[in-house]
Amino acid sequence: MSDVRVAGVGLTPFGNTPERTSRDLFGEASIEAFADSGVERDDVDALLYGNFMGELSEHQGHHGPLMAEAAGVRAPATRYESACASSGVAIRDAVKRIRNGEEDVILVGGAERMTNLGTAGATEALAIAADDLWEVRAGMTFPGAYALMAQAYFAEYGGEHEDLAHIAVKNHENALTNEKAQYQSAIEVEDVLEAPQVSSPLGLYDSCPISDGAAAVVLTSEDYAEENDLDAPVAITGTGQGGDRMALHDREFLARSPAAREAGEEAYAEAGIDAGDVDVAEVHDCFTIAEVLAIEALDLEGVGEGISAARDGRTTADGETPINLSGGLKAKGHPVGATGASQIAEISKLLAGMHPNSEYVEDADTGVAHNAGGTVASATVHVLEVVE
Amino acid sequence: MSDSETGVQDAGFDDWIDAVEDDDAYYLECPNEHGSLPPRRVCPDCGSTDLEAVSLPETGEIETFTVTHVPTPAFEDDAPYATAIANFGPVRITGQVVGVDLEAIEPGLTVEIEISVSETTGERVLAFSPA
Repeated sequence: MSDVRVAGVGLTPFGNTPERTSRDLFGEASIEAFADSGVERDDVDALLYGNFMGELSEHQGHHGPLMAEAAGVRAPATRYESACASSGVAIRDAVKRIRNGEEDVILVGGAERMTNLGTAGATEALAIAADDLWEVRAGMTFPGAYALMAQAYFAEYGGEHEDLAHIAVKNHENALTNEKAQYQSAIEVEDVLEAPQVSSPLGLYDSCPISDGAAAVVLTSEDYAEENDLDAPVAITGTGQGGDRMALHDREFLARSPAAREAGEEAYAEAGIDAGDVDVAEVHDCFTIAEVLAIEALDLEGVGEGISAARDGRTTADGETPINLSGGLKAKGHPVGATGASQIAEISKLLAGMHPNSEYVEDADTGVAHNAGGTVASATVHVLEVVE
Repeated sequence: MSDSETGVQDAGFDDWIDAVEDDDAYYLECPNEHGSLPPRRVCPDCGSTDLEAVSLPETGEIETFTVTHVPTPAFEDDAPYATAIANFGPVRITGQVVGVDLEAIEPGLTVEIEISVSETTGERVLAFSPA
């Protein structure tokens, strides 16, 4: 089975740019990705594009061909929708297609325009990733759903809001040097604890921002990379996807993410690694509690132990396994359709020594990206390794 | 958007809300005794298509709850309000907690199911009140 190489990556700044259309954002990200890769647009065999709320935010469906046009690519193009894991599933499909030998070069990515909806509109748009009949109509919001998980976690394993606050502080600290991050500002534990409540126990600083942005990644087969003498030292060596029941109340566990565990086990097995081999990870921290559930599901922490990981320094930049060196969704931002591809971009740069925070993982050769959809009814995990 | 704005019912779900209003709440049970909520044609646990309506237990117990301060527009005038997941044995259900101070809600609280109304939209809302 051929390795799939990350030939180039591109990101727009993530942030508050309500006037920018998603075609504009993705066009920009793709220009950076092609320039980074050295791959010609004519060589692209397919575009796989993640987007979640385009119908609501831009009155736009059928994004595939629109985004191929925006990227200057003449290739069949398909939109992938899996809530906040939309471009994670697009990456996974691209990896499988290249491995199967069907295609050699795939442009994969995603974009989301959100801030033009305003806070109420974006809250409503995000809520449709939950069960409309049984959750949204009962007043559940997305922060509310993660708050239900946080309270369930505290009740089952212990911990308190202050533990979660350390995660937000850590991720803001990591974003200080990330020029693409929405927030490049340090915060203190007290700031998190004193912030306005969104859905108890989660406050404003436990929550990722509403963001606009795009990410693009050029993936190629190993053969193509060698034939074209590409500088592509990082490969995606494992891909996994897991699923769970749609409504949180229908899950076996309220304080664990089995879909992410399933995805992680599959990706680790494909790459022939285990959690002990992971040097660095980007995980889906849409809310502080989500990072806890993610690192436990990935076996980077034991069940019930992830809550203390940031507080005790195990996941900080200088810790044993740095988590979200990009700033994570919390500080880098979360344009939902772009997030999964942006995590692949961050890990690739970290492993290739091209990231502002690469100094913290100088000897790293294995990274993991974890992307979750909804309240983790969908999850993808990818293993990236330095192969050259 | 609720389909009730167009006068169209959500078969199964709106029928279930009607049943709760008539004090006749139920869940669906397959031959393997897996519980689930309508509308549903297939047991999500075992794939059985032989589903039967069974009376919901009179009371449930709150497992986890949150007080939401930033709602969707459909609940703008209702905030802050509490949303909880309550365990009724064969099924868990998500609903708003009514008839009790927000500070008095806690895991383990025994509740009954009822139908409340959104202050914002006037739409019916699935709710729990202390038993």
